[in-house]
Amino acid sequence: MESLSYRHTTPRAAAGAKSSAIIGVVASGNLEVLVERVLPPTSCEIDIRTSITGFGDVWQAVVGDFVTKASPGGLRLSINDGGARPDTVLLRLAQAVRLIEGAP
Amino acid sequence: MIDRADMMLPPSWYEASARRRLAALLDPGSFTEFLGPEARETSPHLGIFDLPVQFDDGIIVGKGRLDGSRVLVAAQEGRFMGGAFGEVHGAKLTGILRAARDNPALPVLILFDTGGVRLQEANAGEMAIAEIIRAAVEARLAGAKIIGLIGGRAGCYGGGGIVAACCSALAVTEQGRISVSGPEVIETNRGVEEFDSRDRPLVWRTMGGKHRYLLGSAAAFVEDTPAAFRAKAVELLAAAPGLSLDTLRAEQARLAERLRRFGHAKDAVDIWQALGINDAAALPGLETEDFLALAQKVRAGEVRR
Repeated sequence: MESLSYRHTTPRAAAGAKSSAIIGVVASGNLEVLVERVLPPTSCEIDIRTSITGFGDVWQAVVGDFVTKASPGGLRLSINDGGARPDTVLLRLAQAVRLIEGAP
Repeated sequence: MIDRADMMLPPSWYEASARRRLAALLDPGSFTEFLGPEARETSPHLGIFDLPVQFDDGIIVGKGRLDGSRVLVAAQEGRFMGGAFGEVHGAKLTGILRAARDNPALPVLILFDTGGVRLQEANAGEMAIAEIIRAAVEARLAGAKIIGLIGGRAGCYGGGGIVAACCSALAVTEQGRISVSGPEVIETNRGVEEFDSRDRPLVWRTMGGKHRYLLGSAAAFVEDTPAAFRAKAVELLAAAPGLSLDTLRAEQARLAERLRRFGHAKDAVDIWQALGINDAAALPGLETEDFLALAQKVRAGEVRR
């Protein structure tokens, strides 16, 4: 099991007012993302627990991409990973932000 | 290009996540979760095996409304460790059932989707099953109704099958399976000659929804949609029997009669034939409507030699 944590500063806060949302499931090739609005509006934190060790560089790149695209200010995203591929991770992160920003 | 009409098709219960099932089953916006994922009540055991946890430990519990009436709910996520019962997972279901015991006007809907006890926390999981059974019986004795809805990808196996048998009534889909020992367990213990777990038709005709409904183990057979489960849950809540000594005597008599009539059958098809169904081999292929028409005659005792 590997724990990774990334902090970023974002240009703006995520939209909406929901306090939390969850998407995904911990299964092979999948992951869950719990997103909570608990940080200052231009801070973002991503905490990852993964059963697949040694892919810190890939996680760092994927998380960097996500933060640039979504500007998820104010959000802490907590991930339990079951060995998802980078595209699945990006999809779930985007879904999580969409949910907390108010998608039905 | 995806056709808009395809996007509007009713969602499949089998394919949906536990959260989507709950959202579609209950009145819109009525659900309040207890001990949600943000509480991070995760398994204390999985880390020992270097396995990832899930924030809700694979079960969502809470309260909501069904057709305007207050209900308690528990929904298992069959994709996380096969929906298996661990210590926390089990305790959440026990808690909901104890809440019903203390407020028996509140019925409980259990959305089963489980392979049974989680092997990595076997002792805690087995104890959880025992606690759940006790809580279910106490809730029912207090007057609460417990309705089980079974149509998930993991089926309802192991301790889950026993808990299901303690419910007031069950609704099952064709895809739903109910048993205690699952196909792989039987094959491992008794050999492939006894039960070939890769023989899908065998698995479904032995444990699947159609067979369970025909034999009377499930009170209702429904289409694989949240709308069908919702309508049937409302119906079963109104009609489900209470729990008394008479209920148990009647169930014992029903099971004794079932054993007497079908105890020597080698295959489910033999049982269907004994029930008087002429083209028994064609039964697995019947559409819901045709199957229900036939099954209702069988259950009413009209088709009998």
